Amino acid sequence: MSGLLEGKRLLITGVITDASIAFHVARIAQEQGAEVVLTGFGRMSLVERIAQRLPKPAPVIELDVTNQEHLDALAGKVSEHVDGLDGVVHSIGFAPPSCLGNPFLDAPWEDVATTVQVSAYSFMSLTKALLPLLSEGSSVVGMDFDARQAWPAYNWMGVAKAGLESVTRYLAKELGPRQIRVNLVAAGPVRTMAAKSIPGFKDIEEQWGPRAPLGWKVDDPEPVGKSVCALLSDWLPATTGSMVWVDGGFHAVGM
Amino acid sequence: MANEEVLSGLADIVEEVAGVAKDDVTVEKSFVDDLDIDSLSMVEIAVQAEDKFGVKIPDDELANLKTVGDAVDYITKNTV
Repeated sequence: MSGLLEGKRLLITGVITDASIAFHVARIAQEQGAEVVLTGFGRMSLVERIAQRLPKPAPVIELDVTNQEHLDALAGKVSEHVDGLDGVVHSIGFAPPSCLGNPFLDAPWEDVATTVQVSAYSFMSLTKALLPLLSEGSSVVGMDFDARQAWPAYNWMGVAKAGLESVTRYLAKELGPRQIRVNLVAAGPVRTMAAKSIPGFKDIEEQWGPRAPLGWKVDDPEPVGKSVCALLSDWLPATTGSMVWVDGGFHAVGM
Repeated sequence: MANEEVLSGLADIVEEVAGVAKDDVTVEKSFVDDLDIDSLSMVEIAVQAEDKFGVKIPDDELANLKTVGDAVDYITKNTV
């Protein structure tokens, strides 16, 4: 049986535990025939251990997206494992406490700058670093949380996500001539390490399921994982600069 | 598995992950308040404990393991 991603070579960032959205993207991608290389940040020993829990243990490359040396060396390191790339998953975000959960009006610029650099600018820097490896028809996917409206507590992370949405459109514009697609998945709340660090996540969690037309399970990463894989596949060949809502339809209804 | 064996194995993990001296890892200690272990270190300790002892420690359960003793009891009861 041939899978949706048979023969695809993917670089997936953002795995930290086996609850990470990126972990489930990697798992489903492997089940669908892809060859996966991971990047990890900070706790490399943890990421390497988690990488062993994939159906096929994946190599892990250390990557801090704010470290230019890491970015410069990335394509070379990826090439040690695969001879090119057909897809990239950006599942990276960070905000200091002043920017997430604390009063919006009190966040200092340095912290906001960090939030925007790690969570939005890095979508460009990661893609640029991998450009030499990306073949025609390849797909770059980022993880979004709908930034068209303000959320409780999400604050400057929400501003960074709005930036990420715009970065996606500009990347799509720049890379379109090379036949590279760039899209986002705007996911509903999924219970991950990152989600736990969001104060007020519980409120968002509780209200999502009842309002979403399809319902929503915060402990089920499968729908998000599958949708990212769909965007990585050849089956959305004319979709770029888009954000695909994978939220049970929450965004579509008022109450 | 015997309690002492689990404690000793767990203490090795805590030392490796969080840099806490093995002798300081005793049953009455709180991971957060006494040993100053952050949430990601806790996750790494749990993941290593899962691999070492063949148990599954779900996230919800992990939140209940406040002390070293809690973790030792949980692992002892749940090893197959």
